Amino acid sequence: MSQKLSIAAEVFAYMEDLAGTDGIAVKVNLSKEKIEKINQVCNAYHNDPGELINVLHETQHEFGYLPAEVQDVIAHNLHLSVAHVYGVVTFYSFFSMIPKGEHPVSICTGTACYVRGAEMVLEEFKKELHVKVGETTPDGRFSINCLRCVGACGLAPVVLVGEKVYGRVSPDGVKAILEEYRK
Amino acid sequence: MIELTIDKKKVRVEQGTTILKAAQQVGIEIPTLCHFELCDMGIENRPGGCRVCVVEVEGRRNLAPSCITEAEDGMVVKTHNIRVLNARTTVLKLIISDHPFNCLVCAKSGHCELQSLATQFGIRSLPYEGEQSHYRKDTSPSIIRDVDKCIMCRRCEMMCNEVQTVGALAAVNRGFMSVVAPAFEMNLVDSPCTYCGQCVSVCPTGALTEVDHTNDIIRALSDPAKTVVVQTAPAVRAALGEEFGLDPGTLVTGKMVAALREMGFDYVFDTDFSADLTIMEEGTELLQRIRGHLAGDSSVRLPILTSCCPGWVNFFEHNFPDLLDVPSTAKSPQQMFGAIAKSWFAGKIGVNRKDLIVVSIMPCLAKKYECQRDEFKTDGSPDVDFSISTRELAAFIKQANIDFLNLPDEDFDDPLGESSGAGVIFGNTGGVIEAACRTAYELHTGKALKKVDFHELRGVEGIRSAVIDFDGLKLNIGIAHGLGNARKLLDEVRAGTSHYHAIEIMACPGGCIGGGGQPYHHGHSEILAKRAAAIYAEDERKPIRKSHENPSIIRLYDEFLGHPGSQKSHSLLHTEYFPKSNEVSIYLNGHNGK
Repeated sequence: MSQKLSIAAEVFAYMEDLAGTDGIAVKVNLSKEKIEKINQVCNAYHNDPGELINVLHETQHEFGYLPAEVQDVIAHNLHLSVAHVYGVVTFYSFFSMIPKGEHPVSICTGTACYVRGAEMVLEEFKKELHVKVGETTPDGRFSINCLRCVGACGLAPVVLVGEKVYGRVSPDGVKAILEEYRK
Repeated sequence: MIELTIDKKKVRVEQGTTILKAAQQVGIEIPTLCHFELCDMGIENRPGGCRVCVVEVEGRRNLAPSCITEAEDGMVVKTHNIRVLNARTTVLKLIISDHPFNCLVCAKSGHCELQSLATQFGIRSLPYEGEQSHYRKDTSPSIIRDVDKCIMCRRCEMMCNEVQTVGALAAVNRGFMSVVAPAFEMNLVDSPCTYCGQCVSVCPTGALTEVDHTNDIIRALSDPAKTVVVQTAPAVRAALGEEFGLDPGTLVTGKMVAALREMGFDYVFDTDFSADLTIMEEGTELLQRIRGHLAGDSSVRLPILTSCCPGWVNFFEHNFPDLLDVPSTAKSPQQMFGAIAKSWFAGKIGVNRKDLIVVSIMPCLAKKYECQRDEFKTDGSPDVDFSISTRELAAFIKQANIDFLNLPDEDFDDPLGESSGAGVIFGNTGGVIEAACRTAYELHTGKALKKVDFHELRGVEGIRSAVIDFDGLKLNIGIAHGLGNARKLLDEVRAGTSHYHAIEIMACPGGCIGGGGQPYHHGHSEILAKRAAAIYAEDERKPIRKSHENPSIIRLYDEFLGHPGSQKSHSLLHTEYFPKSNEVSIYLNGHNGK
């Protein structure tokens, strides 16, 4: 299992423990190795508070998302308040505090895909998976995100699942795409 | 130097001066909202966000925000032509369009800068109707956040992060959804907030206010079964008058006592008394530690740090949990007062602890939290029941229909109302350590102090140091006010490079006179200077100026406590500190805060 997935698995195990409680309080216990990984990223940027956005980018690339505990470690290393780090994480839509699913579904809503019906495709995914944009299914298998143009406008509307590209997707085809991963 | 023209007036300023400041030099006050400054303290907030201060600069297409636009040679600026006035009015109307209209019941009404600007600009209609942003209210023991009233000036964020280095508040989320909040939108009570209240003291609107205990006190005063005593902190008397239109720096000690008596308090006492008591305990501890250190006792920790300031106590519990044995164990004057009032004094007047209510009037919001701390309770009943700020007292006096300005001057009651000048200067930065030096010098040398004023310990610089000669024993004294400055001295202590024997720390810039519960200074740092001068003036006119010469203090030790540092003193007047984790433990995922 990749590092990304192992963290996601931890989170979901924890979320399951909390099933039935109000709200979704997620607590991640960072292992020594993971803290070391964050430290490495921060060190690569000389723990410079001015590099916060780059550090967040790289950490999210490593972990898939930015849970509170990760932000805490970054704030400590960069000598910033956690409140400030959280402020930056919530300002930029690229950063997420929700772990992506095992199979992240990205629907292009750029101009070409949009005029060719991306909106309806997106609605179909939301209906099929019962989650909103930016959310992850409770079983942790799928998440939905929108992106703006993957440079394959000839194939519009375009959908990505993980790294795999699907072109000319119609709402009717959504179920079939998901079936590939549901097995 | 460069020369520019503002409203047809020529002005010469240094390169780098903003148009706003250049205009001030020729007596032109450009209205501002997000901009905030305490120039004597080097504190400034100028995000250039609100655009109320825009001016027209000849040759520029757009209006320029004067608080962040630097003056240039030959510039021609107009600060109040129709284009500028229209722009300011539009900006204000847009800000108000996302602001609640419940000014009538707002705690900040009458002191709100947005309200003042709306009045100044004669805003009579609000053409921009639309959605308003809403967020949950957050109440902590000291501070209420009602961010629906926030205009995102970010003054509080500047105070909390840059000046105080507490880091409890930051702007989070984006656009219409943005709010100032703790990390992960926790409640203030779960954040590293120290309740210093500096965010409240700079908030232009009612977004950040204090928890008001006036009604609890009215209830206690109207209960015939209760004996209600009140203590007033030193800094209150130097600022309360401002709320009644008196010049800053006017001492209103006598009128304040008269007002409290008229309001129905059974005994009007003085926190200055327990400040003297603090000096007896803290000064003794200081000497013990220094003598132990000089005798080579390696278990003695130096420097010793003052512990009167509850914001500071919260700060070191959060940020320096490894140094909890460094501060003095002496309780703050507020809590020493409560402990003595509910033991010695209650016994003297034959009132049961449960029937005695102790109220404190403080320049401080952290005192509200302090008096609720578990270690200051006996069987669940607190030593100090309610703490209200200088502002709350002023509002209370007005509510009670008391003609404050025409009250006669009255004296505090005995015995907890008698104090020395040393107790008074607790209100200023450097005052506690000066008071401690007056007593510790005489205790250590056995000689009378020739000059009681230690001018070398006074001033407004954020970090000060002085060497005080105790007849051959040279003590290195450090002073810091503002928690960011305190952090610098504490980092030295942690690194083992601190050369100080004793350090005084006050959380608020200026000390208690600049406390989070004082009348709003709206950035006029000269007000703080005048309050400080008033405190020193009160000290000078006191017949007794050293804590150990206060006859009521001497009596308290004779009759009840024994000697400073006695077992009884320790159980009543000393405390311990607890590590507070800053770690993220529980938070709401994503944006559940909405």
